[in-house]
Amino acid sequence: MYEFQYAKPSTVADASTTLSADEANQPLAGGQTLIPTIKQRLNAPGTLVDLSGIGELTGITREGSTIVIGAMTTHATVAANATVRDAIPALAKLAGGIGDPQVRNIGTIGGSLANNDPAADYPSAALALNATIKTSTREIPADDYFQGFFTTALEPGELIVSVAFPIPEQAAYGRFEQRASRYPMVGVFVAKTASGIRAAVTGAGQDGVFRCAELETALTSDFSAKAAEAVKVPADDLMSDLHASADYRAALIPIMASRAIAGTA
Amino acid sequence: MPTVTMRVNGAQTSADVPENTLLVDYIREHLRLTGTHVGCDTSQCGACVVHIDGKSAKSCTRLATQCEGSEVLTIEGLAAPNGTLHPLQAAFKEAHGLQCGFCTPGMIMSTLDLLQTNPKPTDPEIRSWLKGNICRCTGYQNIVKAVELAADEMSGS
Repeated sequence: MYEFQYAKPSTVADASTTLSADEANQPLAGGQTLIPTIKQRLNAPGTLVDLSGIGELTGITREGSTIVIGAMTTHATVAANATVRDAIPALAKLAGGIGDPQVRNIGTIGGSLANNDPAADYPSAALALNATIKTSTREIPADDYFQGFFTTALEPGELIVSVAFPIPEQAAYGRFEQRASRYPMVGVFVAKTASGIRAAVTGAGQDGVFRCAELETALTSDFSAKAAEAVKVPADDLMSDLHASADYRAALIPIMASRAIAGTA
Repeated sequence: MPTVTMRVNGAQTSADVPENTLLVDYIREHLRLTGTHVGCDTSQCGACVVHIDGKSAKSCTRLATQCEGSEVLTIEGLAAPNGTLHPLQAAFKEAHGLQCGFCTPGMIMSTLDLLQTNPKPTDPEIRSWLKGNICRCTGYQNIVKAVELAADEMSGS
C-alpha cells in the first residue's frame, strides 16, 4: 500500500469539504473493493475519508410507496431487514447473495453504487426499480446515474446519501455466479413498476449495467418465465472474458430472467 | 501517526500505527496475536476472519483506524482462561474438521457468527455460509460435521 492520510468526519458537509479540497482524496464506505485495490497499488488516495462516522447515512425507512436505504447500510442489514423483505423481497434476496457473509457484513449499498462495478449486483436493482440516487447536492434518477464502465454521474466531492426504491408491484432477481469471485457473470433484475416493465442486466455489458429492451418488450406483453425464456438477446455489446463469451452471456440473460420470475434462480 | 484504540478479546489495546495498517497486521504484529492468519491477502480465503462489534469480517480488508473504539474478537478470545475449548473449537477437534489447520481460525470465527444468528443451521445453510472460507485440505465434509456438532452442543440438544 502507498501511504495515505485518514479522516473520519461526522457530517456529510465535512466529508464533502475534505473530498473537494484535493482530487486525490477519496471516500471510504465499506472498503470491500477499495481496500483490495489500494493493497494492489492500483489506487493511491491522498486522504481516505471514512464515512462510517456519519450517522445520517445509515438506516432503512419506508416513506409511503418508497423504501429509502441509507448509503452506508450494509448488504447484511438490507438482506435481513423486515421492511425490505416485506416490500421488495427481490432486493433483500439480491443483497443476501452478494459476495460472502463477511463481505455482506461490511460492504455497503452506497459503496457498490458509487463504484459501479460492471459485475456488481446492486446497479441492476437500482436501474430496474427506477430508483433515485439522493446525493449531497441533488437527486439523480437511475436512468441518468449509470454512465458506463465504473462510471457514474457523481461529481468529485459528491456523496451518495441514500437510495430511494419505489416499491414495485412485482420484482425478481436471478444471477449466474462466477464461482471463484462470487460476482454475477450475468444478473438480471426484472420489475413491474409504476413506469412499466423494466429489466436491468449486470455482469454482462461492456459498459456496465444496462436495460434490456428485448426482455422489457416481451415481459410487457406477458410477464412470465416462459415469455422471458423465449427472448433472444443480441451479443453485440456484451463482454467476453476468460469466464464466458459474449454469446454465452447473451444466452444466459433470458434464462436468468426466466428463473428469476419462476423463483428458481 | 494516529493512535488506534480498540478492545480485543475483552482487553483494551492501543498503538501508534501508520494510516495504512490493516486490522490483521495490528492484531498479528502489534498485539502478537498470531492465531488470525493471512492466507490470500485478497479477501477471498477467510483465514483472517475475526469479529468486529459482534459480526464476522475479513481483517485483511479493514484498516486498523476504521476499528477505532470497536470491540474485536479473535480466535484467542474463544477458549476459557483455564484452557477449556469453546464448543466450536472442541467440535472441530472431535469431528476432525481440519488437517493442516491454517484455515481453521477463520472457519471457527465465521461459523460462530452463523451459529449466533442461526443456532441450528441446515447442511446447505452451513455450506452457503462458508462461501467466504476456503479450505484446501478437508473437502469441507468434516467442517460441516463439526459445525453441526457444535450447533447441537451449544443449543443443548
